[in-house]
Amino acid sequence: MKVLVAVKRVIDYNVKVRVKSDHTDVDLANVKMALNPFCEIAVEEAVRLKEAGTASEVVVVSIGPKACQEQIRTALALGADRGIQIETDTMPESLNVAKLLAKVVEAEQPQLVILGKQSIDADNNQTGQMLGALLDLPQGTFASDVKVAGDKVNVTREVDGGLQTLALNLPAIVTTDLRLNEPRYASLPNIMKAKKKPLEVKTPTDLGVELKSHTRLLNVTPPAERQAGIRVSSVDELVDKLKNEAKVLRGG
Amino acid sequence: MAILIVAEHDNRTLKGATLNAVSAASRIGGELHLLVAGEGCGAVAEAAAQVAGVSKVLVADNAAYGHQLAENLSRLVAELGRDYSHLIAPATTTGKNVMPRVAALLDVAQLSDIVAVESENIFKRPIYAGNAIATVESLDPIKVITVRGTAFDAAAETGGSARVENLSAVHDAGTSAFVGEEVAQSDRPELTAAKVVVSGGRGMGNGENFALLEQLADKLGAAVGASRAAVDAGFVPNDMQVGQTGKIVAPELYIAVGISGAIQHLAGMKESKIIVAINKDEEAPIFQVADYGLVADLFEAVPELESRL
Ligand SMILES: Cc1cc2nc3c(=O)[nH]c(=O)nc-3n(C[C@H](O)[C@H](O)[C@H](O)COP(=O)(O)OP(=O)(O)OC[C@H]3O[C@@H](n4cnc5c(N)ncnc54)[C@H](O)[C@@H]3O)c2cc1C
Ligand SMILES: Nc1ncnc2c1ncn2[C@@H]1O[C@H](COP(=O)(O)O)[C@@H](O)[C@H]1O
Repeated sequence: MKVLVAVKRVIDYNVKVRVKSDHTDVDLANVKMALNPFCEIAVEEAVRLKEAGTASEVVVVSIGPKACQEQIRTALALGADRGIQIETDTMPESLNVAKLLAKVVEAEQPQLVILGKQSIDADNNQTGQMLGALLDLPQGTFASDVKVAGDKVNVTREVDGGLQTLALNLPAIVTTDLRLNEPRYASLPNIMKAKKKPLEVKTPTDLGVELKSHTRLLNVTPPAERQAGIRVSSVDELVDKLKNEAKVLRGG
Repeated sequence: MAILIVAEHDNRTLKGATLNAVSAASRIGGELHLLVAGEGCGAVAEAAAQVAGVSKVLVADNAAYGHQLAENLSRLVAELGRDYSHLIAPATTTGKNVMPRVAALLDVAQLSDIVAVESENIFKRPIYAGNAIATVESLDPIKVITVRGTAFDAAAETGGSARVENLSAVHDAGTSAFVGEEVAQSDRPELTAAKVVVSGGRGMGNGENFALLEQLADKLGAAVGASRAAVDAGFVPNDMQVGQTGKIVAPELYIAVGISGAIQHLAGMKESKIIVAINKDEEAPIFQVADYGLVADLFEAVPELESRL
């Protein structure tokens, strides 16, 4: 069984982004970029399926400017077999990403497509679900456990009330949550090997997808800053402040 | 122009998050309709009809919708959606699961987690873990939206008297099935709706020590939350995680205990009215957002705090 993994290049999760002074967007100049953490978990899951003998090949796809080849190489170093970059000038909207991925799925015919649940830049949490709709495939989002059994996959999902398990017919879409696995680090030899793994570059035109704008970004502003608070020196002082200053505790 | 809001429920009760979504929808203006899709969900439909401002309740009561399976529910919402200008759901795990699918079926975008309505097609939403707020204009004829509950007051639960209409169409994709669930049982208020939240982090050391926070929470009528590190370490279940990729809370009082204050955690709680941090490291970033910071060992401070209440 072939597994396809979609990976996105995003700001490194340790970086606190700043809004540009003209409020047109956030400032990404000279900011450290990385593989979206949820995509890293997606790659790890696919590689584990391969190591377990369940998957025969792991293909990674990333959509974006040429720089996203770096993240494809990272995924290859983690154990994916080959990469596909779909070249666009800027990061396209989720629906366009989903349409491009749908074309790749139609061509590659994987049994399982694994995506992150959320990209930590746009915080959309939607591409996997959209892909499911476009391909009319079932989805197991926010996965904390994935078990392939015959022509089905059982996915345990992290939901608001706890955990929910679904059985999905294959082929299926899975999106990863934090507890699905703990991604490995790429070893130096694997990073070297990854440079020789195949990486194909395509364009939206090659795939017959016309990118359409469904939204327009009007401006980006910093969030309201919190006023700096105070240090209290004891529990007594804390209780006093909460009661008499903040008035969030009743009684005296 | 009419707006369809997808109700959040468990077939027995209408969830509070629905009321925040109704309130967001009322800012857009137009007739408000609520969709109750489930199985044996009659009581929910009755409750939905009482919600202030709602003029019509659509009820789809069928086994296909019993567990809110996205494959089935998205088809229903997309089919109904063609008659609406806006399709809205709370940004709960159910809303996040279903609405992007609805949007793709209608060939439109989905706006996630809106925190403000500027006009019928302009909305604000946080990006980059809440470190920036984007104002986004939708160019689509149908706007599919999920609503961050903490950003909108709840609509009144009663006062309305909506017409109730039963839907007969059944959409069963037949590609997914419910196997089981582990639902956390608690007598405490729900995390996202609680007036007071006490959260613990890696500093708690283990799961047993969370009893300290539970005792404190009982005195305060609070919900108990956690950082990702505490969930990853297995101290507490996943549904307690507060943060960018967990639950968003904005109580009157948030008490962070043994939590360092990573940006991903702050993203889930920095809209709280009053923030208290108890941490033994005076350099911990949580102190930068705390109204009241106490540098102390939590194992001394928390029992002492509890005894003073
Ligand atoms: C993709 C992604 C998504 C994430 N999503 C989330 C999210 O939704 N929510 C979230 O919380 N995190 C999230 N994180 C993780 C986040 O980056 C931090 O790792 C996490 O919040 C740290 O948790 P913590 O503060 O409990 O642990 P630590 O950072 O280890 O802090 C523990 C704190 O406890 C204090 N402490 C220890 N012992 C005591 C004591 N006896 N008394 C008092 N204080 C003590 C220490 O001084 C320290 O400040 C995410 C990370 C990634 C990469
Ligand atoms: N430009 C992209 N290229 C490849 N995969 C993407 C891209 N954008 C989003 N994805 C995938 O969709 C997931 C969810 O992203 P989002 O819906 O933007 O939160 C990510 O974790 C990726 O797996």
